Amino acid sequence: MDTVVLLSCTGLGLGALYFLVASGLSLIFGLMDVLNFAHGALLSIGAYATWWAGTEAGFPLWLAVPFGTLVGTAAAVLLELFLIRPLYSSPRDQILATVGVGLAVPALLMGIWGADARPFPQPALLSGTWHLLGATVPVNRFVLVAAAGVLLLALLLFLARTRYGLIVRAGVEDRAMVTALGIDVRRAFTLVFAIGGAAAALGGALCGLYFGSINPGQGTGLLIFAFVVVVMGGMGSVTGAAVASVGVGLVQQFANYYTAAGLGDLSVVVLLAVLLLVRPRGLTGRLA
Amino acid sequence: MTDSPFPAAASGSAALTSAGTGTGTGTGTGLGGPGAALAQAPANSLLSVRDLRVVIDGLHILHGVDFDVARTGVTALLGRNGAGKTTTVKAVMGLVPRTGSVLFDGTELSFLPTHLVVRRGIGYAPEDRGIFAGLTVAENLRLAERDRATEPAYRLVHELFPELKQRAGQLAGTLSGGQQQMVAIGRTLLNRNRLIIADEPTKGLAPKIVAEVADVLARAAEAVPVLLVEQNLALVRRLAGTCAVLADGRTAHQGDTAELLADEEAARRLLGVGSKRAGAGPAAGPSAVGPSTAGRAPTAPSVTSEVNP
Amino acid sequence: MSTKTPDTSTDGTAADRAAAGSAGGTDTSPAERHSGRAGEIRAIPRTGESITERSTAVHRALRWWPIALLILFLVAPYSALPVPGLLDGPLGSPGSLQLIALCLLYGALATGYDLLLGRTGLLSFGHALYFATGLYATNLGMLELRLPFAAAALFGVACAVALALLLGSVSLRVTGIGFSMVTLAFAQAGSILVQRNPGGLTGGEEGRSAPADQLPSALLGIENTANLYWIAVAYLALTLAAVHWAVGSPVGRVWEGIKENERRVEVLGLRPYGYKLVAFVLAGGLAAVGGVVYLLLTGGATPQAATSDATLSLLVMVVLGGSGTRWGPLLGGVIYTWAGHRLGDLANSETIADLPAVLRVPLSQPLFLLGGLFVAVVYLLPGGLARLPARVHAARSVRSARAMGRAGAPSARPTGGPT
Repeated sequence: MDTVVLLSCTGLGLGALYFLVASGLSLIFGLMDVLNFAHGALLSIGAYATWWAGTEAGFPLWLAVPFGTLVGTAAAVLLELFLIRPLYSSPRDQILATVGVGLAVPALLMGIWGADARPFPQPALLSGTWHLLGATVPVNRFVLVAAAGVLLLALLLFLARTRYGLIVRAGVEDRAMVTALGIDVRRAFTLVFAIGGAAAALGGALCGLYFGSINPGQGTGLLIFAFVVVVMGGMGSVTGAAVASVGVGLVQQFANYYTAAGLGDLSVVVLLAVLLLVRPRGLTGRLA
Repeated sequence: MTDSPFPAAASGSAALTSAGTGTGTGTGTGLGGPGAALAQAPANSLLSVRDLRVVIDGLHILHGVDFDVARTGVTALLGRNGAGKTTTVKAVMGLVPRTGSVLFDGTELSFLPTHLVVRRGIGYAPEDRGIFAGLTVAENLRLAERDRATEPAYRLVHELFPELKQRAGQLAGTLSGGQQQMVAIGRTLLNRNRLIIADEPTKGLAPKIVAEVADVLARAAEAVPVLLVEQNLALVRRLAGTCAVLADGRTAHQGDTAELLADEEAARRLLGVGSKRAGAGPAAGPSAVGPSTAGRAPTAPSVTSEVNP
Repeated sequence: MSTKTPDTSTDGTAADRAAAGSAGGTDTSPAERHSGRAGEIRAIPRTGESITERSTAVHRALRWWPIALLILFLVAPYSALPVPGLLDGPLGSPGSLQLIALCLLYGALATGYDLLLGRTGLLSFGHALYFATGLYATNLGMLELRLPFAAAALFGVACAVALALLLGSVSLRVTGIGFSMVTLAFAQAGSILVQRNPGGLTGGEEGRSAPADQLPSALLGIENTANLYWIAVAYLALTLAAVHWAVGSPVGRVWEGIKENERRVEVLGLRPYGYKLVAFVLAGGLAAVGGVVYLLLTGGATPQAATSDATLSLLVMVVLGGSGTRWGPLLGGVIYTWAGHRLGDLANSETIADLPAVLRVPLSQPLFLLGGLFVAVVYLLPGGLARLPARVHAARSVRSARAMGRAGAPSARPTGGPT
């Protein structure tokens, strides 16, 4: 029983991490038709910025994390304004440009800080364990779940209650019609990119907490699972991404434990394949 | 309704100004730009389209469309399936790449992106209604609120379409076709528009609803000029003063509607129907490649209706 | 090419383009001709004037330049020509031949990949998986199944084709970006599988080298580099021929239709799914053969071949060279591979080491340079290198047509959409 609890908590923690990355990715794709291959780079930027603030600049972690998130958000906004927006007329070129950034940024990070993993500061408060239903679970799992929960709530409120949220929801359905109502969607684009960047950067910061270290390739590795989550959950759907994240995280953990290690990742792919065979439009039925 | 909900003078519901006094206020003179084209635009036309061309995916869809929209009343844009009516309207709105001149009350629109075109005061009810299915009725309307300076005319819209007020919290995707059309038209009436463009608003609707929509359009046209794309000739005969007919991506005729419909031979040639028949045109639409267009000219008429930017 | 007098400028351009098109064998599809970014007018010969009258014997002879180049490639191993700057040793030396062979191999792989991207409009992020399958399966066929080389190669390609059929039939159920992401997921799974080294089969991070005793002796040893080189040339020729033939066939025309507008194809009564699957399997098979050649050239199978980075490299090659053209992917593959080798040297060179840290750090990272290059290509060279001559021509013809157009012809500048 305690194994199940531990696996569940770890799976939920991992799922939370996926959600942090996938939620922004899903919105960006749903609204802008841009497959943002640079999203993993935004995660890494957040991770390294937080790490730098927490170690070399000497901030306490509770300051370093917002700092890292801000840096990632700024990077996302710059990316959208200068790289994505000028290519608005050609979605495929936009995707290719993000591929280029996705290659270049981790390489840059590797050049600055080396390819080796850097240990991530673990504050005493968060590095312990809790006892839950007979299992001993590291606290950082709960931190991640809490962060993802807050993000989900914030996103849902944003989408449901604000004017820009309304614009985003409508734009995911029919972008051209939104412009035909006199609304300049490009501002919504930048906003959505900023939100995605913030979430990814936060994910990067918490990633260091979860794994205990950061390395330049982390973002790209997580990105692929985030893609799987987005496809499974349906593009442009935040709730779909949430459900899919939980599913993927849990399946991965349980499969990794009960079968040979490594098959957990494979099983995620099999899950994706099965789901697409049954429902080609993803969980929520919204697939490009 | 005995009381016209469209006040001619400002009396609280400031939605529609009476733009229809017909005296061209002289803003038709050019502000630079394509000078030669401007000189031909009649001063009393609100919207002047000259040599409008559209190329999509390498296919020429519009080969130089010219027409004018009168400053008052309804101007109809007619033509067979695949003639390019919807593409023309989309080109005016900037939803497809276009060349040519689109002069709206003195402002050249052909360089502007869609949202700026709309902000010049054009309300657009597209062919497929353009309703956001995942949003509620109220949210659909709220999204359309455009001008910060003027109050959106909710009173007007709810008077015209009481159902929209009742169903405000309902998801727009679950509405009937007629109700969705009400939302689409309602959106155009919320703001202070100087022109309303309606693309086949009665398509696919039951006759009773068609009559209601026709009533609303007629009343709207009393205060705001309307450009109406329609296949339903009875409606056109009732509402439209002038008309322009497209064929194969070009203007084939412009003039008075009654005259055109009275001329059976011309009506059959240009519109493909005997004008005495009051029925609606073929229930065409996006699935435009069907047996009726099978033997057409190689300008691929199927493309026009399928074009979605 | 020809001198232009003002009143025949448009014709001159049309003839130039036709001649250049036929001389270079550029297989530009109608979609490309129409969608030039410079907003070109498609130059149409005036009535009564035939293009063929204007192509001279010289132009006709120039049509055969690919054959000439092929002959050059074939005799290269016999030459001792030094090519300073481009190659380290003389042309016929083993080191140069090895590099050229690799360039040609990747050029061929890129051409096969473009069958999906540029010809059918399918953006697959998992192409390297089939290359790696051919590579590993052939190697394992020799190592574990003790097959002789030829049989193992057949086995390897067969495995990859079967895998492509299986995975393609699942992936193609989804269209658009979903398809791309599914291919990415499958490839990633494969990559993980290879690295986890199940049953010691794949050798994990280090890979496994090919057993020398099962390879024909003509393919072993430095003195036989020329043989391997010729095999690479043969593979390139095979790929080019296969792609050219497939694209020109009726199936290829359906691919072109699918690429432009899939719904239109459906409306014509065809099911795109089957055609896309054919493209997918064909490309996968060609990639698998490339894997076999790679095994010979490098002597072993390594997991880098299966990473998503490998597919992304193919994507860069194709975009750089020009997607949808006949020679573009080959050009991109050759340049990218060559540059990859040279950049590695450059990154470690002393000139870079002397630069201030702000410049040195990014420049010493080959992936950073490649990523930056990619972004630059997307911005500055849309359509790739292979379309550059056409774009220059188009820009010139637009300029001359505008000069003529001031006499009353309509301006062809589109607004409000893709420029």
